[in-house]
Amino acid sequence: MRKFSKGLISLVAVTSLLGVTACGGGGTSSEAGSTAGGEKPAAESAASGEAVSVNVGVVSILTGSGAGYGEAITNGLKLANKEITEQGKVKMNLLIEDSAGKQEQALSSAQKLMNSDNVSVIIGPTLSTEMNVVGPEADMNGVPIIGTSTTAQGIPQIGDYVFRNSIPESMAIPASIDAAVKAYDVKKVAIIYGNDDVFTKSGFDTMKAVAEEKGLEITTIEEFQKGQADYNAQLTKIKGTNPDLILASALYNEGAVIMSQARKMGITAPFVGGNGFNSPEVIKIAGDAAEGLIVATPWFGDKPDEKVQAFVEKYTAEYGKAPDQFAAQAYDALYVLADAIERAGSDDRDAIRDALAETKGFNGILGEMSFDEEGDIVMDPTVLTIKDGKFQLFQ
Amino acid sequence: MILEQLINGITLGSIYAIVALGYTLVFGVLDILNMAHGEIFMFGAFMGVLVTNTLKMPLIVAFLVAIGVTAILGFLLETLALRPLRGKKGVSHLAPLISTIGVSIFLENLAHHFFGAGNHPFRTSFSEMSFQIGSITIYAVQLVIFVIAVLLMVGLSFWLSKTKAGKALRACAESLEAASILGVNTKKMITTTVIIASVMGGIAGVLVGMAFNSVSPQMGLSMGLKGLAIIILGGMGNVKGAMAGGLILGLAETLVVVFGESGYRDAIAFALIIIILLVRPQGLFGKASEARR
Repeated sequence: MRKFSKGLISLVAVTSLLGVTACGGGGTSSEAGSTAGGEKPAAESAASGEAVSVNVGVVSILTGSGAGYGEAITNGLKLANKEITEQGKVKMNLLIEDSAGKQEQALSSAQKLMNSDNVSVIIGPTLSTEMNVVGPEADMNGVPIIGTSTTAQGIPQIGDYVFRNSIPESMAIPASIDAAVKAYDVKKVAIIYGNDDVFTKSGFDTMKAVAEEKGLEITTIEEFQKGQADYNAQLTKIKGTNPDLILASALYNEGAVIMSQARKMGITAPFVGGNGFNSPEVIKIAGDAAEGLIVATPWFGDKPDEKVQAFVEKYTAEYGKAPDQFAAQAYDALYVLADAIERAGSDDRDAIRDALAETKGFNGILGEMSFDEEGDIVMDPTVLTIKDGKFQLFQ
Repeated sequence: MILEQLINGITLGSIYAIVALGYTLVFGVLDILNMAHGEIFMFGAFMGVLVTNTLKMPLIVAFLVAIGVTAILGFLLETLALRPLRGKKGVSHLAPLISTIGVSIFLENLAHHFFGAGNHPFRTSFSEMSFQIGSITIYAVQLVIFVIAVLLMVGLSFWLSKTKAGKALRACAESLEAASILGVNTKKMITTTVIIASVMGGIAGVLVGMAFNSVSPQMGLSMGLKGLAIIILGGMGNVKGAMAGGLILGLAETLVVVFGESGYRDAIAFALIIIILLVRPQGLFGKASEARR
């Protein structure tokens, strides 16, 4: 009994503490894009040729261990908003709330934005786990919501109002295999993967499914464990089956060592890796042996594209560091949204949702983007390869 | 192909054997399982990385630096972590074991701090050298590893059985008190033993770096556990047993990949050890009558 009441007291204490932090973190920072008082009747403003003004809620991680992601995302959004405001067709008022990477705080932030601030649309939250609780709530309230960094399975399937512009690994791997198969006339593949990691295991499942779907002959499937030093036995076996391509679902740490040992024993076949393999560290560890690694990524900062380079330059000038994938995806998401709002011509939630769903072939810095009927992104990820000691476009 | 795999297995086994030699030496004399041996091995490997990759110096310097640094580590291990616990009343016989576990954790974190997490490359032109015999490729590194392993084993056997120092060492292994009564400087003998064992670990570290091109702060743990399994397999404190046990484990691990599932590599190799121990509980080369304290 005594124990129970003690537990109860601490529970109460914790809950009230949580309440305090939630309130403390709740200060809405308003990023001004609009000088107008906001809620003009949309039809009137559209008719008079003025920009539509829309309140856009943003839920992101601003504090805690994931704050780096939130910083990149909000920086990308702010930069995009500045440019869009200058263009003058759409005025968006960004209301940014902190989720701290926690489900319950993400939900309360989103509820505040939807109910008190009356936003027309929400961008965020950062994590897939947060989206799993915020998404259904937004969908129920009929508020369109766009995830810019949520890559888990099943996010767009939450509801009609849930969109995302971040590609899952199950899309990146087929794109890179596709490119490699075309370029090297691949018939036979060997697969090697880490069997003690959820991420590399799921990458392997995708690779195997894609290889079977394409009718490629899988010569052998080899496994390894995290932190292993000697891959010679597996690689000698792979070498014996003489594959045209090696699919390696590994994190870069192991992957780089695998490549270096493979090249040393004379395996010249190119490698295709998943997202975990996509790191400049591979070049650092494996050196010349890293040549011929093929990966797919939604964002490539060195792309020789005017738009991309302009973005990198502006972002670097503004924030003092090069933009990453999170910044780029957020930047593009706001442009997609602005485009939809312009077409909708009002701040009506349903009108914006319908316009978003109609997005087709939008040309952003990530490439050409469309939404499918479920609200998932359709785009061709950029396929990269390591050549001359750096990541380059795969051709 | 199977020949190449056998060479892979022998290479891996030779490395295991050198690591196990260091274990078995310390165990034979001091009756201590030196859990820090794997981490001293890791430091040897990092010295190799530092010298060849960062300082761009030749491989021979890497070996010398690794030998020097691991010898110092061995000396410190003995004077700071083991000697204070020896011969004192009321010290549990497990205390030195725990003490070496502490040293191993300390060394791993130290490496983390100095060298950073993740794998570090080990590049030498020597590791690229190879020659063809028929259809199989043999790397100079593989040959060197095997030769060094055999040399170390033979040298150690000779030293233990034929030289005066070796005899003194064996006397210490028999009984520290008796040896010291008979005029053996036991303190010096023990320190020498720990240093020699550590140096062997350091040499093995550089060889692993050369062979597998991967060095990380965590590499000591798995290597250390395997070394431990090998000396139990080969017979505690037995030099030939360490060599044979190392080769058996290396070949077993490789052949599991060749004929079966690479996912069960370690599981099957260790199941094999259990089976061998069921048949010969004293290990392959252990004496059945040997009674330990």
